[in-house]
Amino acid sequence: MSARLVPAGADRTGRRPDVPLRITVDGEPVDGVDGQTIAGVLLAAGRRTWRRGPSGAPRGVFCGIGACFDCLLTVNGVRDVRACRRRARDGDAVATQSREAR
Amino acid sequence: MSRHVVVVGAGPAGLGAAAGALRAGARVTLLDAAEEPGGQYHRMPPAAFGAARPGRLHHGWSGFERLRDRVLGHSRCDWWPESAVWSVDRAEQGPPHVHVLRGEADGAGRERHVLRPDALVLAPGAHDRVLPFPGWDLPGVHTAGAAQALAKGERLLIGDPVLIAGSGPFLLPVAASLIEAGGTVLAVLEANPAATVARGWAARPWELAPQAGKAGELAGYAALLARHRVPYRTGRAVIEARGDGRVEEAVTARLRHDWSVVPGTERTVAVDALCVTHGFSPQLELPVAAGCRLRGGAFTEVDGHQRTSVPGVYAAGEITGIAGAPAARTEGLLAGWAAGGGDPGDRAAAALRRRRDRGRAFADRLAAAHPVGAAWPGWLRPDTIVCRCEETAYGTLLRAADGEAAGSARAVRLGTRAGLGPCQARVCGPTVAELLRDRAAGGDPHRRPVAQPIRLGELANPPVDTPDKKESAR
Ligand SMILES: Cc1cc2nc3c(=O)[nH]c(=O)nc-3n(C[C@H](O)[C@H](O)[C@H](O)COP(=O)(O)OP(=O)(O)OC[C@H]3O[C@@H](n4cnc5c(N)ncnc54)[C@H](O)[C@@H]3O)c2cc1C
Ligand code: FES
Repeated sequence: MSARLVPAGADRTGRRPDVPLRITVDGEPVDGVDGQTIAGVLLAAGRRTWRRGPSGAPRGVFCGIGACFDCLLTVNGVRDVRACRRRARDGDAVATQSREAR
Repeated sequence: MSRHVVVVGAGPAGLGAAAGALRAGARVTLLDAAEEPGGQYHRMPPAAFGAARPGRLHHGWSGFERLRDRVLGHSRCDWWPESAVWSVDRAEQGPPHVHVLRGEADGAGRERHVLRPDALVLAPGAHDRVLPFPGWDLPGVHTAGAAQALAKGERLLIGDPVLIAGSGPFLLPVAASLIEAGGTVLAVLEANPAATVARGWAARPWELAPQAGKAGELAGYAALLARHRVPYRTGRAVIEARGDGRVEEAVTARLRHDWSVVPGTERTVAVDALCVTHGFSPQLELPVAAGCRLRGGAFTEVDGHQRTSVPGVYAAGEITGIAGAPAARTEGLLAGWAAGGGDPGDRAAAALRRRRDRGRAFADRLAAAHPVGAAWPGWLRPDTIVCRCEETAYGTLLRAADGEAAGSARAVRLGTRAGLGPCQARVCGPTVAELLRDRAAGGDPHRRPVAQPIRLGELANPPVDTPDKKESAR
């Protein structure tokens, strides 16, 4: 099992039916839902890691609120965007990044 | 013209502060890096989800909605969402100037603004503190706050099944949220033994009565765990996470009251995700930048009116102590009232002060019931990562502290790079300070001149002139 979105139909918050969006991650299409953060899209799509630490160790979401900077990635050419803080927009071109690439 | 009060943070404390300042007759600019008010406690699903009943996930939602609508709809309040304060600098006269970036999170095209308020209320809150253990850097190991933020804020279940471990009452709402989202919670592990927890909470029970709301909330979580047959175990912790490229197993063990491991009590549990918290770290960069004195090096020092040691600067909420959302809101109301020029002798203010004092007593009990045991470094191995950003290992840190860099925490940091990565020691700062306490002195773990990341290009742009009119009414 892995992370998943609570289905809209079963959501007690009475959320409206999902509006789909699609982003690309290193060129590969990944589907998400309008309103999700980029971290949310990636996690719900079964991806847990999208960054590498200095040693190459895989990293993804740790704190979920913008404090730890473990979830950094490149969005539409802009580096070091916190995936847990940035809302995904249809067509966003996301690239993973590693520390050595600096 | 009326006083202009700038409030940083729109969580329970910041919203309370805005309400207090408005009641005192001031003009308020309320800003938050997030798109919606509510902070960590009343974190809501994004507007795009069109949630008809967001309150279903919350305690005290109608009270929050009333406060939010009263503040945001007030003619003297200007609400700035997606506005990150990246620094405050001390002015020659009056309170510090507030440097703001407005626009999409970490975007390149944000606008710079500088606000020059008559009074400043800081209410930036806190984030989870997680102590290191072998494997805590594996993907699938998260802070408990991450699980909570994703469940409340975008209806995402972080993994399934999940083990929740650490210390503090916060473990319970996190478990409740994951169950609500349809997940299986294997167990909730409180590291402190039952005796410590009971002694902390049961001493001076009259102090708990005014926090009946909080106690009721916790009792509700406990009942929910029982209904779902989720064990709540005290005196047990996760001391290791294992897996190949992601967490697959957690090793738990029984702990003594000082958090040393009882040998032979280790158990291995298969998990999809592991959520950990050992308390909260207040976000002190703004108070430190403003020059505010700290209490015990750990929280912003405030007086009876929530005034900090810097004239014109007030502090409220988790940066002054960890006592939960209702206490944060009360502190905010008081801070805003004083910042807005309200009469400190006012009867309502006196009542608020009494409520605030009870909140402080509650904070003391919370700290007594859920201390961090001094023997936790016993979980570490020489190769355990301490600083996640720079991947500094525990052994490296000790060698530096005992070797050339001996005596100076700063030299140890420079030599090992601990705390010098992208998070600027937000995560490892308190841990490194604790590990070096007896070996190397000096260095302020909370000094971070840039409170929120700013790009060099943005820094080069001149600030946009902030017109002296309500912005959110545009
Ligand atoms: C992830 C997380 C989840 C939590 N969930 C719960 C829960 O479910 N139940 C519970 O009882 N307690 C919870 N807590 C504890 C909670 O922090 C407090 O009880 C309460 O929210 C504190 O109120 P506050 O106003 O002091 O801070 P917060 O609620 O944290 O509000 C601070 C606000 O300031 C903003 N901010 C911070 N820095 C800046 C800056 N530089 N510029 C602009 N804006 C800034 C933040 O975006 C945030 O909205 C949680 C804590 C965390 C870290
Ligand atoms: S997960 Fe910590 S900053 Fe995004």
